[in-house]
Amino acid sequence: MTVAVIQFGGSNCDRDTVQALESLRIDAELVWHEDSLPEHTDGVVLPGGFSYGDYLRAGAMAAHSPIMEEVREAAEAGTPVLGICNGAQVGCESSLTPGAFTTNESARFQCEHVHVRVENADTPWTRQFEDGEVLELPIAHGEGRFEIEDDRLEALEDDGRVLFRYCEADGTVTPEANPNGSKHSVAGVTGAAGDHVAVLMPHPERSTLPDIGSTDGQGVLEGFRAD
Amino acid sequence: MTGYTATVTVRLKGGVLDPEAETTQQALERLGFELADLRSADRFEIDLGAESADAAADRADEMAERLLANPTIHDYEVDVTER
Repeated sequence: MTVAVIQFGGSNCDRDTVQALESLRIDAELVWHEDSLPEHTDGVVLPGGFSYGDYLRAGAMAAHSPIMEEVREAAEAGTPVLGICNGAQVGCESSLTPGAFTTNESARFQCEHVHVRVENADTPWTRQFEDGEVLELPIAHGEGRFEIEDDRLEALEDDGRVLFRYCEADGTVTPEANPNGSKHSVAGVTGAAGDHVAVLMPHPERSTLPDIGSTDGQGVLEGFRAD
Repeated sequence: MTGYTATVTVRLKGGVLDPEAETTQQALERLGFELADLRSADRFEIDLGAESADAAADRADEMAERLLANPTIHDYEVDVTER
């Protein structure tokens, strides 16, 4: 199996993601966004970075890249797709996942470690964890505030489509632990095609290699491992 | 075919937080200006040829729907003038 890590102009976490996946013995390769998905693509990562320089809105241009139509088709056909940071913005802009990630409440770029609570452990991305388990993951974004209409957010929560919420180290969800003003502290959600499609603002690939420190991101990337 | 300029104004929906506008307002206040509120918007001026003003507006509308605005957080309006 191969996980295609899509390289947009301006992606900068693409190689990190390949390295992190390979450290977990999950085969991965870089795929340029103007090329096609490899024939045996068993997973797709939309990686972090600043595709198209964040022009217009973060992720807005990349959402219309040639390869995204194939990614949408693959997602519909059941291929796991994970959008990380800029990839999460691309995922929402391309309607793979609901809502939008927009300017942080602070109006600043924030680069720090945060805690997130597992809200639904019954997805490929969270099955390594327990419901309510707290992970430590890094964030690095200026546009990570999750926005969505109230009624749609309620529907996502009712359907178990919120993956993670920002929280204190003990798992309590507080306004202080919400780094960017995300509605209901949402840090990641799953897609309309099913929970095999997901996006999150924190970086699991930056907390996978033991040399870096936290390895809590490993469990998220394990979602690509075939059952 | 007539030349038109379609002006697409994209703004955040009411109730959606605008941290950049808040920061801009604070900066103006630091400069000594008094203001009650400030909202920001993006404006795109698109020159195009079309059979009629309505046809030009329809195309600009589609551009807004598909790229210029994000319907989750934005409202937009289109204004067409002959060039």
